[in-house]
Amino acid sequence: MSVITIERKVLEKNDEVARQNRALFGQHRLFVCNVVSSPGSGKTSILERSIEHLGGRLKIAVIEGDVQTDLDAQRVARYGVPTVQIVTAGGCHLEAALVRDALKNIDLTGIQLLIIENVGNLVCPSNYDLGEAMKIVVASTTEGDDKPLKYPAMFRNASVLIINKIDLLPYVPCDLARLRSNALQINPALTVFEVSCITGAGIPAWCEWLVAQSTRTV
Amino acid sequence: MHELSIAQNILDIVREKIPQGEEALVRAVRIKIGAMAGVVPDSLAFCFSAITHGTPLERTALEIINVPLTVHCKMCGAESSIEQTLFFCPSCGGFELDVLTGREMQVSEIELDDEEENRP
Repeated sequence: MSVITIERKVLEKNDEVARQNRALFGQHRLFVCNVVSSPGSGKTSILERSIEHLGGRLKIAVIEGDVQTDLDAQRVARYGVPTVQIVTAGGCHLEAALVRDALKNIDLTGIQLLIIENVGNLVCPSNYDLGEAMKIVVASTTEGDDKPLKYPAMFRNASVLIINKIDLLPYVPCDLARLRSNALQINPALTVFEVSCITGAGIPAWCEWLVAQSTRTV
Repeated sequence: MHELSIAQNILDIVREKIPQGEEALVRAVRIKIGAMAGVVPDSLAFCFSAITHGTPLERTALEIINVPLTVHCKMCGAESSIEQTLFFCPSCGGFELDVLTGREMQVSEIELDDEEENRP
């Protein structure tokens, strides 16, 4: 019997492509965020409201990831930003190579902000680096205030938490303070925004943060 | 269910390391999985056996080494093992923690039978 020592990362190929993506983003001075959440928490709605509110202040491009259909890309493209849909055909997360291939369909010249909307899933996308500057996790009030405790890896790996659907707080059993404290218990460094895509509350503050990140001179 | 794609990545690494003619000698593949890696060990073992079924690697065991979540506290300097949902230093209660271990997902070792042992 003999033992060969390997000690290699299982996802090293993905990480290598992610490094290439990150280098490309660096060349274009592009701020890239990877937006993750469970399905139906409102990632696409937040995108729509944000693009609408920014009204051309930032040059934005969007990559949409879904298991099937280009419905989300259609929604976002209506706002006049370059949008590419990745259909994973069953895959539960985006991988760096899928993003690299999608980038071939976007002219990055002059783009300041690239938003990658991941497949709705709070587990798998946390393992896959796409080359982004940061992960932004969305949790909606209808999902309950214990989400961060149930999916700690995703909340730990994210830099920003957007709490969506705050207009529904009077109708759902969700304690906003507890949701915040549960998330901050997992990751005290989280920047937290509270928004409603229906009333528009909180969207301006979130958009100002996006502008600051995207126009920061490195 | 990303365990299938992870199993495929593990298989790719094994095939890169082991010449085709020696695949049947691979007794075990040892994988380090951190508590925060977001991988279900049973699912991963199931997926690995599914994709190696009918290949020279079908008798290979996927042995999972669970790596606990350990952290270094920036406040008091203590190193501790913690639960994922209780992200504070057990010594001083501080919240400023660096993760030391627990994110691992790596192929650690491959164990081979010697050819002589395998001969009838």
